[in-house]
Amino acid sequence: MIRIAKPWQLKESQTTPERLYLNRRHIIGGLGLAASLVGGSALAKSKPQSTRETLAFKKSDYTIADPLTPENLVTSYNNFYEFGTDKSDPAKYAHSLVTDPWTITVEGEAAKTGKLAIEDLIRQDELEERVYRLRCVEGWSMVIPWVGVPLRKILARLEPNSNARYVQFVTKFNKSQMRGTRWPVLDWPYVEGLRMDEAMNDLTFLATGLYGRELPNQNGAPLRLVVPWKYGFKSIKSIVKIRFLKKQPATSWEKSAPKEYGFYSNVNPNVDHPRWSQASERVIGGGSFSSLFNRRETEVFNGYGDAVAELYRGMDLKRNY
Amino acid sequence: MSKSRLRWLKLLLFIALSLPFLWLLWQWSLLFTGKISSLGANPIEATNRFLGDTSLRVLLLSLAVTPLRQMLRMPWLTKLRRMVGLFAFFYISLHLLSYFGMDLLFSLSALLKDIAKRTYITLGMIGFVLLIPLALTSTKAMLRRLGPKRWSRLHKLVYISAILGVLHYFFMAKGNQPGPWLHFGVLLVLFAWRIYFSAKKRIGQLKRE
Repeated sequence: MIRIAKPWQLKESQTTPERLYLNRRHIIGGLGLAASLVGGSALAKSKPQSTRETLAFKKSDYTIADPLTPENLVTSYNNFYEFGTDKSDPAKYAHSLVTDPWTITVEGEAAKTGKLAIEDLIRQDELEERVYRLRCVEGWSMVIPWVGVPLRKILARLEPNSNARYVQFVTKFNKSQMRGTRWPVLDWPYVEGLRMDEAMNDLTFLATGLYGRELPNQNGAPLRLVVPWKYGFKSIKSIVKIRFLKKQPATSWEKSAPKEYGFYSNVNPNVDHPRWSQASERVIGGGSFSSLFNRRETEVFNGYGDAVAELYRGMDLKRNY
Repeated sequence: MSKSRLRWLKLLLFIALSLPFLWLLWQWSLLFTGKISSLGANPIEATNRFLGDTSLRVLLLSLAVTPLRQMLRMPWLTKLRRMVGLFAFFYISLHLLSYFGMDLLFSLSALLKDIAKRTYITLGMIGFVLLIPLALTSTKAMLRRLGPKRWSRLHKLVYISAILGVLHYFFMAKGNQPGPWLHFGVLLVLFAWRIYFSAKKRIGQLKRE
C-alpha cells in the first residue's frame, strides 16, 4: 500500500526524537509537581499523575507542528458539565467517578450487540498516539497527544448492518459519582452522534489516554471520542453506550439550544456562534506572559479539511451548522 | 451610632470591598513575574468571569442595604449604601474594561459588533450605561441639586440595571446553569421584601387614618 502524506502530517525528519520528547515530558511532569506544591492553585487539584498507568503505543503519522499544550493545563482546564460548569470543576471533582470495571452497551443496527467490557472492546496492543488540535466552541484551543484507536476499527468489529446510518454515543450518568448531574444543566445523560461516514473517517479517534498515560477522569476516562474537525463538545467523554441508528439522533447541546448548536458542529470561522465570534481562538498555555494574549486564526474544519471536506460536499455549511 | 464608629465601619467596609480587586492584582502580578497564579489555564477568561461575578454580587449587596436596615432597624446602614453602590460601579467598569481590553484588544468596531449581535452583551451594556448617571449623581451636592424626590426617582434605575445584570448572566451561561438562578433568587427576595414592606407601611397608614 502506498501512503500519500497528507499536508498536516509531518515527515519523519520533522518529528521530535523520542529522547527529547521524553525529556520534555519530564519537564512537564516537573511543572505538575511544582503546581501541586503551591497550595490553593486550581492547577494542583487534578488527580496525582502517578496513579495513571503508562500505556504502550505506537507513534502515528497524525501530528501537527504546533507545540503541545502542557499536560497540567490539559488536565486542569476543560468542560465536563457532569462535574460542574466551571472549567476547573472536572479536575476538582472527577476523582469520584468509578471507571473500573467499565462496561459498554452496544445497541441497534449491528450484529454484535450486547454488553462488552472495555478490555474486550479495545486491546492494549493496538494503541497509537495522535496529536490533534482541539478547538472548543468557546473560542480556545489546545494541542493534545491522545492515545487510542481509530474509531472505525472498533465500529467494524461490532459489525454494523446496512441500516446503520448514524452512530450515537452516551456518557455515563450517575448522580452520586458525578455531582454536576444533580442539577439539570443539560438533559442527562449526555448524548452525541456522528453520521456513519464521519464515524468511519480515519481521523475519528477513540482515546483511552493522553500524554502517554491513561486518561484522567476529568478528561473522559476510560474511553472518549476525539473528532478533531468538530467543536470539542462533539468529542463525548466517559462513553457507556454505542448505538447504531437509521435516523439522525438528537445531541445534548442541540436539545439545549437548537439555534446555537447543530448536529454537525464542524469548526468553521465563517459561521458565528450567536454568543461568540468563531473567527479566531485563544491558544492555551504559551508559557510566557505575552502568550496569554495569543490568538490564532481559526481554520475551516480546524485545519483538517483535506481529510474531511469531502464528507460535506454539496452541503450548505451555514445551514447545517 | 457615633460618628467615629461609623468612620471605622466605613473604613472596614472599604477594605472588605477592595479585597476582590487586590486579590486580582496579586494574581496578575504572579502571572507577570512568570509564577503560577490561581487564575488557571485561561487567566483572561478567569478575570472576566471573576469581575462579572463580583460586579453582580456587589450590586445585589447595594440593593440589600435598605431591606437590611428595615429588618434590623439600623437606620445608620443607609450611610454605607453609597460606598457599596460605587464599588459595584467600579467592578462593572473593570469587568467592561477587561472584556474590551483583553478580549477585544480595544477594538471599537468589534465592541459595536458584539453589542449589536450578542444578546448578553447588549443587555449587559445597557445595564452599565444606566448606572452612569447614578454614579455621577452620587455626591451630596448632586443630591441637593436634584432634590431628594427627583434624586431617588433617578436612582430607581438601579433596579432595572440589576435585572439586566442577572439576564446578562442567564444569556451568557451555556445550558441551564445554577449560577444565574441563584443570583435571580437573591434579586427576587430583595424585590419581594420591598413590596412586602411598602404594603405593610400602607396598611399601617390606612389603619391610622
